[in-house]
Amino acid sequence: MSNNILRKNIIDLLKGGQRIDGRGLDDFRKISIQTGVVEKAEGSALVNIGSTQVIVGVKMDVGEPFPDTPGEGVLMTGAELTAMSNEEFERGPPGEDAIEIARVIDRTIRESKVVPVEKLGLDDGKVWMVFVDMYTMNADGNLIDAGTLGAMAALMTARMPKYEDGKVIREPGKALPVTGKAVAATFAGINGHILVDPEEREESVMDARLTIGMRDGKIVALQKGGNGSFTDEQIEGMFDRALAHEKKLLKHLK
Amino acid sequence: MEKPEYLFKNGKRLDGRKLDEFRKMKIKVDVIDNAEGSAEVEFGKTRVVAAVYGPRELHPKHLVMSDRALLRAHYDMLSFSVEDRKRPGPGRREVEISKVLSEAFRSVVALDRFPRTGIDVFVKVVQADASTRITGLNAASVALAHAGIPMRSMVTGVTFGKIYDDKGKTYMAVDVFKPEDQWGMADVAYAKAWNTGEVVLLQMDGDVTKEEFMEGKKMADKAMEYVYKEQVKALKSVYEVE
Amino acid sequence: MAKKIVTPGETIVEGMDYLPGDGTYRSGPEIRAEILGLADIRDRLVKVIPLSGRYMPKRDDPVIAIVTGVRYNMWELDINSPYDAMMLAGEATDRFIDLRKEKLSKYFSVGDALICKIIRVDETMSVFVTAKGPGLRKITDGKIIEVEPSKIPRIIGKNASMIKMIKEYTGVKMFVGQNGRIWLDGGNQELAVKVIREIEKKAHTDGLTDTIKEILEKEGEKHGEA
Repeated sequence: MSNNILRKNIIDLLKGGQRIDGRGLDDFRKISIQTGVVEKAEGSALVNIGSTQVIVGVKMDVGEPFPDTPGEGVLMTGAELTAMSNEEFERGPPGEDAIEIARVIDRTIRESKVVPVEKLGLDDGKVWMVFVDMYTMNADGNLIDAGTLGAMAALMTARMPKYEDGKVIREPGKALPVTGKAVAATFAGINGHILVDPEEREESVMDARLTIGMRDGKIVALQKGGNGSFTDEQIEGMFDRALAHEKKLLKHLK
Repeated sequence: MEKPEYLFKNGKRLDGRKLDEFRKMKIKVDVIDNAEGSAEVEFGKTRVVAAVYGPRELHPKHLVMSDRALLRAHYDMLSFSVEDRKRPGPGRREVEISKVLSEAFRSVVALDRFPRTGIDVFVKVVQADASTRITGLNAASVALAHAGIPMRSMVTGVTFGKIYDDKGKTYMAVDVFKPEDQWGMADVAYAKAWNTGEVVLLQMDGDVTKEEFMEGKKMADKAMEYVYKEQVKALKSVYEVE
Repeated sequence: MAKKIVTPGETIVEGMDYLPGDGTYRSGPEIRAEILGLADIRDRLVKVIPLSGRYMPKRDDPVIAIVTGVRYNMWELDINSPYDAMMLAGEATDRFIDLRKEKLSKYFSVGDALICKIIRVDETMSVFVTAKGPGLRKITDGKIIEVEPSKIPRIIGKNASMIKMIKEYTGVKMFVGQNGRIWLDGGNQELAVKVIREIEKKAHTDGLTDTIKEILEKEGEKHGEA
């Protein structure tokens, strides 16, 4: 329940460089990743960032390429903010928050070109379709970074099905080609303070949010959210902090 | 997979089980922090998570009942829980299963204690290897108890089916898994309010004689006691002093 | 003696001379649990003390409410329960509020936290509260933490003994709402929160007072009567 006292507590603490759960402004919560959690999926990962938990799975199928990119595989990312993961989430088709989250995760994965779609064409003109689906299990803020880590871990551990005589055979074949690692770091702006990896209570009072998707020390995706704004200096500061976090986040992806 | 020559041979099913033998079962309580109550149940490779929210304000308003709560189960499968990707979001199958699951709990839960509210039971299949609705029902029952919702009884379910050997002879077997669900001659989902003995869920597709059904049910009743005991053990273990 | 944990439907005792109390029901000669909790039998009265569950509003309960809406002549409040509460204009202050000249948001606005008391719960579960009375007011300082409402009786303790002890050793000002919200201000809040979480975790165990006292004696210092 968001209330004025909570907002006041959060801001008072930030003035002293502290956060409501005791973290520093530039600290992520504890991260853990478990892969291979769903045998039926081509690849899967369960990611915890603090008490935020998401599960991501990769399924593959054979289909038609997009007309403008013949011979290229198709990568699709979806996200469901399940009503079982948070009191505030509603049932039904994905709302604007879920769609935004899915698209931001998709952007980091796609623009970083970690999945070489040009290698996912098949001899008969068909192509591999790679579906990456995220579900929230327990939502306590920063679902984008959790989902990006999960998508990456699931892709890196995915085994492709076999394709013979125009038929998909669901036996784990060779590894899905993945040429690099992409991660995202999300910051919240609250009353002029910038903090990384906001938990739900912080998101409930934040003015603005910035997600920075990265690969190999370069920025591959950006998404500013929230009704508030950032200054030029704040954005530059977040870039520096994000790139420092990239190295730490990559350690979780082996 | 092609239709196998047999599902039962030399006293063993394809996964090595006897006819009345359950798959390895695991129940974990309190798996979703944000929920009032939650549980994860595994029957072999089938894994289902259930989470309870409520009693809480009910939307849309026209569903509100002045003298009781509306309990709704929402069953769905993760897109990657099955061999061929399932399109996200509930389809006709999921809607029907949600309905029978909701109804299984409505006579057992003391809904009159919470007029004008809704109780939501979310059932998500994380991995499917048959018997997902019954695995989900067992998880939902534990999650409801964990949420502190008053109910006259725990709700407990098992599945049973009809399988064949290489000579064409048929047998009844409890807790069906994927090949038996797919190739067996009958598949029954069966649940009771265990403490009162009332049957609260019963679905079947296939082809059985009355005698065969009764034989399967007898095995299932015995298996149900085992599942019930596991449910109780899991709930109590949350509060056991470390 | 340690109380037994029971699950819904489980038979607690048999015999027509027992009386089914809260959290139980009778089925023939048996008294059975209706909720997950601790079986408690006293003088033939059988109860189950809940270990979980949402807060159900009762008359005279002190609660901490959050304003969710301001209407012309009343406030809407979240009381961490399946039911929202209402507070009529006349229950905000002893002063007369002239609704033709003043807006209610001048007194309490959305997001404000109030220490208030439930004055009426009708059969359709419409809940009414007041902010008039000793200790009842808007919260402007300190912080609010949420605990499981079923654990509140242990956090209060017999005759408020647990609250007194926490205040004594931590020097915090503290108000415990029956709805699971606790207000804390001043003193060693960190220690107060730590022991509250410990009580929440071990609410169903024996010797809780001693366990908590031990922590407080080790990590706190006596502040005298708060």
